[in-house]
Amino acid sequence: MVAGLRDGTAIVGIGQTRFAKGLEDTELSLACQAISAAIDDAGLEPGEIDGLSMFSMEEGREVEIARNVGLGDVTYFSEVGYGGGAACGVVGHAAMAVATGQCRAAVAWRARKRAAKASRPWSQVSQRIQGHWQWSRPFGLLRPVDEIAMLARRYMHEFGSSRDHLANVALAFRRHANRNPNATMRDKPLTREQYMAARWISEPLCLFDNCLETDGALAVVIVAADRAKDLRQPPAYIHAFSQSIPAQHQVMTNYFCEDPLVGPSYACARLLWERSDFKPADVPVAQLYDAFSPLIPLSLEGYGFCARGEGGSFTEDGALEWPHGRLPTNTSGGGMSEAYVHGFNLVLEGVRQVRGTSTSQVEGASCCLVTSGEGVPTSAVLLRR
Amino acid sequence: MSETGFLLPDPEDPDNAPFWAATARGELRVQRCIGCGRRRMPPRPMCPGCRSLEHDWEKLSGRATIWSFVVPHPPLLPAYAELAPYNVIIVALDEDPTIRLVGNLVASADGSIGEIDSETIQIGEAVRVVFSPLGDVHLPRWVRG
Ligand SMILES: [Zn+2]
Repeated sequence: MVAGLRDGTAIVGIGQTRFAKGLEDTELSLACQAISAAIDDAGLEPGEIDGLSMFSMEEGREVEIARNVGLGDVTYFSEVGYGGGAACGVVGHAAMAVATGQCRAAVAWRARKRAAKASRPWSQVSQRIQGHWQWSRPFGLLRPVDEIAMLARRYMHEFGSSRDHLANVALAFRRHANRNPNATMRDKPLTREQYMAARWISEPLCLFDNCLETDGALAVVIVAADRAKDLRQPPAYIHAFSQSIPAQHQVMTNYFCEDPLVGPSYACARLLWERSDFKPADVPVAQLYDAFSPLIPLSLEGYGFCARGEGGSFTEDGALEWPHGRLPTNTSGGGMSEAYVHGFNLVLEGVRQVRGTSTSQVEGASCCLVTSGEGVPTSAVLLRR
Repeated sequence: MSETGFLLPDPEDPDNAPFWAATARGELRVQRCIGCGRRRMPPRPMCPGCRSLEHDWEKLSGRATIWSFVVPHPPLLPAYAELAPYNVIIVALDEDPTIRLVGNLVASADGSIGEIDSETIQIGEAVRVVFSPLGDVHLPRWVRG
């Protein structure tokens, strides 16, 4: 078996804009600001960046990024599709490019003005629906939240899970956000009573089961491990990386496979742990993709932190909460309480945990799992000190 | 948007056209591989079991059970918001429970998707297909019993 990426590359720079609703800057401008900040954080010059790895959905194209940030000759560029499934994917592709010598310093990023109504794909539908969506949207299953609520209801039915479990997720992430000065929900505590009284969005999911609507951008810089040692930041080594499109998967409306509650996490986790020196039990902290709260139990199961059907009960007794939970999760507040930028903020929080600079720092975190969209073709990285 | 404001499938999509032609005749048919007999949904050109391109459209009983359901609330597209809260269900077909369809539980073929009290809907309920005209298609929806 080949060695894989194991610690051959590292994230050495992180950068972000502020998070808010209705930022005035364009997505291209936000992307350039985040990338510029990440290059500065790494202590590199723009001319040293020769690799670009971005979301297919990205508004600002590679050429524009290079022309704005002042990059030199770029020798590698690539895209990863499927929205929230791509965050760890673009990081992994950048790492592979550096590891194979196709470039020496790569940037991966995501910029998004989600709060702008025009950026919500479901609000831009035409009368005739194309592709697999025509088997769901005409019936009124219109939004991502409706599509995931369908899985959530079935999950609750099959495993006796409850809204209390989903509240555990929402409350844990909010408490972490309350400690994070950059989090959109920094000053907004959330109680279980507020959660239970919140308006429905798509039963069984309420307002607080949903991610935020955020404008913002984030970026990382990746170089080879031998070079990372000489740079100014403690390296966050990319220990393992994986992507997955499981057999017979369908994007978001994954109802047409044998068991829709076995999502893309399972296939992604299999390769990730195969390529890793760590096992789920060795992982002290995780950043799990949280566009919707039910994705957390599904991901806990898929990545092997508990058995199938136990993801709901795993959240009991503050298991996801810093500092004493068995797996502090989304320690910056995640997509539900820090910012929703297609899960890219989870990558930066993973780096901070490994550097030791999180606002909810897990003492001596040896590694941190970061995952991307559950319910879509996905990806994950395991970062280590 | 259609004149009704509802979203419509494309009945001329080459892979899906036979499905919509069948629902217009009051039949529920799913694609079945000639090579190995495997049913598949949504329709597609190649059988993932044996890679055959040959298929027919098997007529099914239209009997099914509710696999899951949701009750969307606004913000929604205007035509749907008017009916909210309404139900959307997934049914598992009796002939092959791994073949699932998204639909709505209604009281009759021309009933509204918002007319069933969602508190009464249960996973596992037996349902049967009806065909609701909408624009130029007939959507498969479901009634109890
Ligand atoms: Zn076949």
